[in-house]
Amino acid sequence: MDAGAIPNPTGDILQRSQEPDELPGLYIHIPFCLRKCVYCDFYSSTDLTLIPNFLAALRREMNLNKDFKSVFDTVYIGGGTPSVLTPAVLERLIGDILTAFTITPGAEITVEANPDDMTPERLAALRRAGVNRLNIGCQSFDDESLAFLGRRHRARQAVETIHMTRDAGFNNLGIDLIYGLPGPPGDAFAIWLATLRTALAFHPEHLSCYQLTVETDTPLADLCRKGEIALPDRDIQARYFSRTADILEEAGYLHYEVSSFALGNRFHSRHNSKYWNHTPYLGLGPAAHSFDGRQRRWNHRSVTAYLKDLAAGKPPVADSELLSDEQLRLEALFLGLRTRRGIDLADVKRRYGEDLLVEKEKILKKLKEEKLVEIRNGFLVPTRAGMAVADSLALI
Amino acid sequence: MNNIRNFSIIAHIDHGKSTLADRLIQYTGVVNARDFQDQILDNMDIERERGITIKSQAISLPYQAKDGRSYALNLIDTPGHVDFTYEVSRSLASCEGVLLLIDAAQGVQAQTLANLYLAMEHDLTIVPVINKIDLPSADVERVIEQIDSELGLDSDTHLKCSAKEGTGIEEILEAIVARIPPPKGDAEEPLAALIFDAKYDAFRGTVIYCRIFNGQVKAGDIIRLMYNSATYRVEEVGRFILRREKRESLAAGEVGYIIAGVKTVSDVRTGDTITLESRPCANPLPGFREVKPVVFASIYPIASDDYEDLAVSLEKYKLNDASFVYEKDSSAALGQGFRCGFLGLLHLDIVQERLEREYDLSIILSVPSVRYRFTLKDGTMIYVDNPAHYPEPMSIIKSEEPYIRATMMLPERYLGAVMKLCMEKRGVNSTLNYPNPGRAELIYEMPLAEVIFDFYDRFKSVTQGYGSFDYDLIDYREGSLALLDILVNGEKVDALSQIVHRERARARGLQACERLKEEIPRQMFKIAIQGAIGGEVISRTTISAFRKDVIAKCYGGDISRKRKLLEKQKKGKKRMKMIGNVSIPQSAFLAVLKSDTE
Repeated sequence: MDAGAIPNPTGDILQRSQEPDELPGLYIHIPFCLRKCVYCDFYSSTDLTLIPNFLAALRREMNLNKDFKSVFDTVYIGGGTPSVLTPAVLERLIGDILTAFTITPGAEITVEANPDDMTPERLAALRRAGVNRLNIGCQSFDDESLAFLGRRHRARQAVETIHMTRDAGFNNLGIDLIYGLPGPPGDAFAIWLATLRTALAFHPEHLSCYQLTVETDTPLADLCRKGEIALPDRDIQARYFSRTADILEEAGYLHYEVSSFALGNRFHSRHNSKYWNHTPYLGLGPAAHSFDGRQRRWNHRSVTAYLKDLAAGKPPVADSELLSDEQLRLEALFLGLRTRRGIDLADVKRRYGEDLLVEKEKILKKLKEEKLVEIRNGFLVPTRAGMAVADSLALI
Repeated sequence: MNNIRNFSIIAHIDHGKSTLADRLIQYTGVVNARDFQDQILDNMDIERERGITIKSQAISLPYQAKDGRSYALNLIDTPGHVDFTYEVSRSLASCEGVLLLIDAAQGVQAQTLANLYLAMEHDLTIVPVINKIDLPSADVERVIEQIDSELGLDSDTHLKCSAKEGTGIEEILEAIVARIPPPKGDAEEPLAALIFDAKYDAFRGTVIYCRIFNGQVKAGDIIRLMYNSATYRVEEVGRFILRREKRESLAAGEVGYIIAGVKTVSDVRTGDTITLESRPCANPLPGFREVKPVVFASIYPIASDDYEDLAVSLEKYKLNDASFVYEKDSSAALGQGFRCGFLGLLHLDIVQERLEREYDLSIILSVPSVRYRFTLKDGTMIYVDNPAHYPEPMSIIKSEEPYIRATMMLPERYLGAVMKLCMEKRGVNSTLNYPNPGRAELIYEMPLAEVIFDFYDRFKSVTQGYGSFDYDLIDYREGSLALLDILVNGEKVDALSQIVHRERARARGLQACERLKEEIPRQMFKIAIQGAIGGEVISRTTISAFRKDVIAKCYGGDISRKRKLLEKQKKGKKRMKMIGNVSIPQSAFLAVLKSDTE
C-alpha cells in the first residue's frame, strides 16, 4: 500500500482529546515468543534472529509517528513476550519510546512479563526505565494446567517471580489467570479455586481472569474439533464466572470489566480501559491496531512484511476501516456493556441520536426486572449477570 | 383430425413420468440434444426438486409413424397431488387416452390405482406401460400379473420400456397412434373449447391452454368465457412445440393456446368453456367446478419494511395461480400482512416456497385454518376463517365446522390402522366397500380442520404409500369450538392462534408449546410459552436463559473482529420476529404448523 494512502490516524482526533480521561494510549507489540501456547492466536514469531531487525524497524515506525503532538498517558508493551529482550535492550527501547513521544508524568507504563524469564536484573532494568506496572502471565498455579496450556513455566517459578517483582519494588502488579480448562468438571473447578486462592495470597493490585476461549487456527481449536478435549458448556462457564467474581469481590476487588478485577479504582488498567471507552490509541509493531475515534487501522501481522515496509520508509499498515456511526454505536454498546462503568446514555444520544431509554424502553424494563442491567446516574450499567451476557445485551 | 392423438401420462410418484415425457420429446426431435434439459415439462425449480408436477402443461409432438403418416401427438401433463385433483380431471377430460406407467420394481402402487380410476371415469383408452425394466430389481412378470389382477386390465396390452435408457420408446409412440382413438368433434359446429390450464406471460398476458372439442378459433374472433360471460378478442392462437408456435387457427380435436388480452390468470377458470360470441354453443362442456380455497392462513413479512415487496410479489404470484386468493390483514404481533386462501396444505407449502425462492422474501405463516360458521345471539350467521376474527364467546349460540367426505382406497391390510387414524380425527359414518379382492374403499365423514392439520401425511405413512385419498366438502356440522392462543412471555402471538375443537385443545396447545421450545433459541432471560383458552392456561413450557455470552478478552485488535461477529448476529436477529422481548425465528412459526409424522 502506498504510504500516502494511509490517512493519518493520530492527527486531529488525538489532539482533540485533551481531557485527562481521554488522552490516547500507546501500545507496542513485541512479536516474539520462545514457544507458542495452545490457546493463543496473538501474533508472534519464534524466529528470534529477527529481533535486531525488528528493533530497528520499530524505531523507524516510532519516527514515522513521532511528529504527533498528542500526549499519551499510558504505555503498554505487550506481545508476544516482551521479556525475550535482554534487560539492556528492553531498557533502551523503553527509553527511546519515552523520548520519541510525549508521555504525561505519572503515566501508567506497563510491561507484560512471563514467569519463566524474569530475573532481578531484568526487573531492575524495567524499574530504571520507568516501568511502573507489571502484568504477569501466570495463567495457573497448577503444573498440569500449565503443561496443558503449553506454558514454559511451572507454578513454583510463577510464585518466585511474583516475590521477585515485589522485592524489586513494583507496587502495581497484575496477574493473568485462565479458567474453564478441560477435565472432569468438579476437579477442574477445584483446581481453579485453588489457583485463585494462591493468586490472592500475593495481594496483586490487578487480576485478569479469562475464560479459556477457542480461537480459530490454534492447536486448541484442533483438539476440540478432533474431540480430544471438551471445554465446559455455557452453564458451567457461567458458574466459573460468577463464583470467581464472588470470591474476588469478597477479597476487596472491583469487578470493573468482564475479565478484570482491581484492588480499588486506583489500580484498574488505565490502558485497557481506553479500549473499552473508545478512547484513541496508537499501536506500533506487527499486528498492532490503532484507533483515532473514527478510523481503525492495523499493521501487517507478519514480521517480514512489517520489516519490508519500514525498510522502504512506508508505514507498515496492512489495512484500515472507517467506522460508520452505526458501527461506532454497536462498538460503544458492546464495549461499554463489558464494564462496570457502563454506557453514558447522554453520550450515545449526542453521538448517535439514539435515546436508548425511549427507543429500547420495553426491553430495558425487562432486563432491569431480570437484574441484568441498572440505570444509574445517566449510565446504563450491566450487573454481574449482565456482564456475563454483554454480547447479547449489546444487540438489544 | 385423424392425425391427432391427445394423451396424458399417469403414474404413481417416482415411477418415471417426467423421464418418459423427456424421452418422447427427444425421440420425436422437438428439441435438439444441446437444448435438452432433463424433465423439460417441469420447468419450475420446485417441481424439479420435489419431483412433483404443479402446473400442467401441454406439448405437441410431431411423429412420423410406421404407417407412413404424420401425426401430432399432444401430450398433456397433469399435476399429481390430492390438492390438485380437479386440475387433473380437467387435463384428463382433454385427452382420449393415457399411458399408465408402472415401475417394474415397485409394481402397482396407490396412485397407480387412483389415477387409473380417474382415467376410467373419463372413458379413456388405457395403455399400460412397464417402466424401469433395466433395474436389477425389476420383476416384469409380477407387474404383468398385477395389471391383470389388481388393475383389471388386459395384461396382453402392456408395453415395456426403460425411459432412463431410452428403450421401448418407439413402441410406445406406435401404440399411441394405433390404440388411442383420434379425437371426435366437428369443426363446423359452434366453438366449444375446454380450458385446462392458464399461464401468465409478462409480455402477452394470460395464455389459455385449451382443447377444442367442436368448431374452430382464429385470431380476430371474439370469444366468450361461458362461466362469467366475459368476452375478449383473440390476438393469437397456436400450438406448443415446447415454445408457443403461432398458427392460423385451432380446430376441433386440437390442443393449443389462445392469447386474448386477458389480464390475469384468475379471470380464466380451469374447466370453463370457451365459445364464440357470434355463434355460441348451447351448453358448456360438462364437469366445470369453481375451485374454492378451503385452507386459510396469513402471510407476514419478517421485516416490516418488506411489506410492500410482499404485496408486489403476491400480485405477481397470483397472475399464475388462479386458485390462490388473498386480501389485506394485520396482526398486533406481526404487523401488516395478507390473509390467503389455499386449496390445501401442499398448495400452501408451494406458495410459501415460491415466495421465498422466486421473490427472495422471508415470510411468516400463521397457523392454517378452515372456514368456520357461527350463529350469534342476535341471529346473524358469520363465517370466520381467521382466528383474529373469532367472535366474542358469550355471543355465540352455535359453532359449526366444515365436514368432508373422505374417500380412501387402500389394501385391506392397512384397514385397521387407517380406521384408527380416522377415528382419532373425529371421523364418523364410515362405509366400507371392496371394489376388488384385497382392496378396500373406505369412506368417512370428517371435520376438514382435522384433515388439513396432518391427516394426509399420516395417512400416507400408515398405508406406507399404498393408500389414495380424495375428498369433497359436504356440509357444516355443529361442534364445540374454542380459540386457542399461544403466549410467549405473556404476549399473545396472534399468528399462532388457532380455532380448535375443545377435545383437541390441550393436545394442540401442548404440541405448539413443545415445538416452540425446540425452535426458539435460549435468550438472556427465561421464556415462558403458554397455550391458553380465554384466560385459562391449558399448556405450558419454559426455555431457560443462557447465563454466559461474552468474549473473555477484548482489546485493540479484537474490537473490529468482535464487531463484525456481532454485526452478523444482528443481521440474523433481523430475520427473527420480536414478540414482546423474545426473538422468534421463522422456523418456530413453521414448526407449529407442521405435522408430526416423524
